[in-house]
Amino acid sequence: MVPLSWYIILSAVLFCIGVFGFLARRNMIVMFISIELMLNAVNISLVAFSHYLQQVTGQILVFFVITVAAAEAAIGLAILIAYYKNNPTVKADDASLMKG
Amino acid sequence: MTLVQGFFIYFAVAMTVLALLVVTRKSPMHSVLWMLAFFFHTAGLYLFLNAEFLAAAQIIVYAGAIMVLFIFVIMLLNLKKEETERKLQKHWVAGLVVSLVLMAAMVKILSGITVLPPLGEYSIQFVQLQGNLMTIGKVLYTQYLLPFEIASVVLLVAIIGAVVLAKKRIL
Repeated sequence: MVPLSWYIILSAVLFCIGVFGFLARRNMIVMFISIELMLNAVNISLVAFSHYLQQVTGQILVFFVITVAAAEAAIGLAILIAYYKNNPTVKADDASLMKG
Repeated sequence: MTLVQGFFIYFAVAMTVLALLVVTRKSPMHSVLWMLAFFFHTAGLYLFLNAEFLAAAQIIVYAGAIMVLFIFVIMLLNLKKEETERKLQKHWVAGLVVSLVLMAAMVKILSGITVLPPLGEYSIQFVQLQGNLMTIGKVLYTQYLLPFEIASVVLLVAIIGAVVLAKKRIL
């Protein structure tokens, strides 16, 4: 039997890798993928809690997280394409039009 | 070490390595393809945790829809110039420190969980008797009906927003 804490620690490690990717990379597509990575890490801990506490709520919550992730990817990539039409770059540092 | 623990350790190591590959590859296309492998491993972990419906949804929605969207966008954009630049910027050490501190704090706090709430009614035997999909469906369409409808509205807004944003001239 795998202890619950193993799943939670795996989830924490994956979340922190996602945080690192979001902070260290400046390619907007890779930053989006890092966000998806963080969402997945949280999903793993939710499903693990759902299994070990014999509740079904965690799985329902993961269902909603997947929905929101799909919406977020669609909108975010649409914004990326709209931005790319004006400034052909995907570097987040170059998107400094509103910088004071 | 039992067989189940061995399988879990394989999944944990593979997912950690895949996640590191995702955030360190220079080409976004490579990142997306490693992410695809990561999603399949996540689905395998869900099967471990008796969440068959979520394993299927993970592969269909994440691997089938979201990653395809990413691949399409990468192919739409001309990213030749970005691939020749440095992939990690000069502040990457700050990001590493922040994530390591966060990881240490989370592992320290989360590994100390000892008190858990009482077990719910959905034991493995109960779910096996009824089926995973039926159990989730019954709760989703009764107790969580309103959030479910709101989720559908969120998806509708996402569809309309994506079309409006990607149009050449807005209105």
